[in-house]
Amino acid sequence: MNTTLIGLAGVLAAAAPVLFAVIGETITERAGIINLSWNGTILLSAMGGFTVTYLTGNLFLGFLMGMLIGAIVAFIVAFGSITLHQSQVAVGFVLALAGRDLAYFLGVPYMNTPGPTLPTWPIPILKDIPILGPLFFRLDIVTYLSYVVIILTWLWLFRTRPGLMLQGIGERPAAAFVRGANVNRMRYFYTVIGGAIGGLAGPAYTLNVKPGWMGTQTGLDGIGWIALAITIFGGWNPLRGAFGAYLFSLLQWLGLVLQPSLPGIPSQVLQVAPFPLMILTLLLVNIGDAEWIQRWLASMPEGTRRVVARVLRAMRASPPAALGVPFESE
Amino acid sequence: MKKNIWINIGFQVGALIVALLITTLLLAAAGAPPLKAYGSILSGAFGSSNNLIAVLITWSPLLLTTAGVLITFAAGLWNIGVEGQMVLGSIFATWMLRLLQDTNIPPALIIILGILFGMVGGALWAGLAGALKTFGGVNEIFGGLGLNFVATALTIYLVFGPWKRPGVGSMSGTQPFDEKLWLPTISNTGLSPWALGISIVAVAFVYLLLRGTYFGLRLKAVGKNMKAAYLLGVPTWQYSMFAFLLCGVFAGLAGAIQVVAVYHRLLPNISNGYGFLGLLVAMLINYQAIWVIPIAFFFVALNVGSIQLQIVYKMDSSFAGVLQDLLVLLVLLSQGVRERFLKKA
Repeated sequence: MNTTLIGLAGVLAAAAPVLFAVIGETITERAGIINLSWNGTILLSAMGGFTVTYLTGNLFLGFLMGMLIGAIVAFIVAFGSITLHQSQVAVGFVLALAGRDLAYFLGVPYMNTPGPTLPTWPIPILKDIPILGPLFFRLDIVTYLSYVVIILTWLWLFRTRPGLMLQGIGERPAAAFVRGANVNRMRYFYTVIGGAIGGLAGPAYTLNVKPGWMGTQTGLDGIGWIALAITIFGGWNPLRGAFGAYLFSLLQWLGLVLQPSLPGIPSQVLQVAPFPLMILTLLLVNIGDAEWIQRWLASMPEGTRRVVARVLRAMRASPPAALGVPFESE
Repeated sequence: MKKNIWINIGFQVGALIVALLITTLLLAAAGAPPLKAYGSILSGAFGSSNNLIAVLITWSPLLLTTAGVLITFAAGLWNIGVEGQMVLGSIFATWMLRLLQDTNIPPALIIILGILFGMVGGALWAGLAGALKTFGGVNEIFGGLGLNFVATALTIYLVFGPWKRPGVGSMSGTQPFDEKLWLPTISNTGLSPWALGISIVAVAFVYLLLRGTYFGLRLKAVGKNMKAAYLLGVPTWQYSMFAFLLCGVFAGLAGAIQVVAVYHRLLPNISNGYGFLGLLVAMLINYQAIWVIPIAFFFVALNVGSIQLQIVYKMDSSFAGVLQDLLVLLVLLSQGVRERFLKKA
């Protein structure tokens, strides 16, 4: 029982990097911008954050560096797409590769050196709650921060006026503009904020989950692409996105735990087992909108149709209506 | 009109100069004398006939993936799954060779069947991404990325599982095929004139397809404005699907060539990023097929040359990637600058 709890607590901590990126991208996409650069952003912030902490001995500066890198990359995406009218996807994709290559190139001198790691910091009183204590409250400050970020983002989006405006600039920018929002300036703002939050992902990994920078062996490559998929899985909702991130982390952990009992399957295969599941969930999330499904639904007898339609609707998630669409005020 | 071309070229050259300036600073920061480092990249690419052959070998898969993604780009599709499509080409080619290697079928025929089967594999994977998009509403970027990971997992599973070498499986791949199943190469260097020839023909094919045919015109119509194309009677989803399949055929061919001409076995990292690199090349040349051949050559020369950096200066060979990525990024941004500030004037 106890080892399972510790394992599950590890899942929560290990999910933090993906989670930060998912929340960052959720905010960005809510504002109508696609930031495709995560794979590069995360690797670069992982290398940069680790290096800064390694050189200064200061953990806080490492995380700050991660946020700075995330914000800068996101700014380039915003500048390229909003000001210079280039394809968001193209700029983001190039940055995804650039960040990755840059991280591998610049990280060489700091490879395989032991560096400082985040200490665990059990929260007094809360840590003694049976089951919940060891599961949630005997971890480190960055994992706690990840809980806070999920909740705050949700509250901001759905319970505040600026959050409503944020939804507006992603759904109906023209309407938001008429109501007095400076759409493009807000898009800049939220893209950079999303980038900064997502920039925590790298240091959360190299200073906590798996300390150290190990070049291509770091084991972070690909995580940014997963974060993008989880954002869709989460239906642009921070809570559902967080659920997706935890699910992904849980599946990876299960892969490791189940490895000894499945000797026929190489460990590398179990590590990537979540990906086919990810495609499947993306399919389930999206398929309700497909034309042939609608036609098929229409041909069903009334009772069945209602049940199937409800199931499809429950899984469905629609992107912000103006996602990826540039906005011009004139 | 003529002035525009010169402004275009000016911006491209400007982007190249800025990219080189940044990478020069990076080299200096990383502790290598920049000019000497560039020199070693040059000699790493062209310094000896072996190096030049290595450049020519890697040229062919990049030509093929670029040719492939030009078709999907023309149809307005971001086929990021091209990487996985190439991997499937390698898997399917290896599969066919393994099936037939102990039969009496003439080796030449086996090789041809292997290549054809590789093309089928690539098309299959591309078709899957296309079907997910067309019938499931899954954006091709995310479907493609997921399928890339699945393709990698499948390769690793095969290399360590059912197709492992006698004894124990390792990252060095499956048991190499018998020499009779190697595509004829120039004095056993891995450089196959056939592979290079096919790749150049493929680029020419795509150029003509997009430029001079009714099909290419309608494909571009689908890419530019799907709704308008549909209203004008173009069967849009069929065209998208066909673009996917054709790109998959090219990517699969690239993967098959890696098996029959270069490595003669299946490796965990057999696609080597050529799919993503193809997307980069396509962006850099602004989707104009006429430029594929020289720019792809420039890219592979950088890739091969920068291995020298690793040897001489203990640097990561991702330097080539840094330069390529920066170049494409700056070209994209400078296009924006030009459109924004020059058109107004």
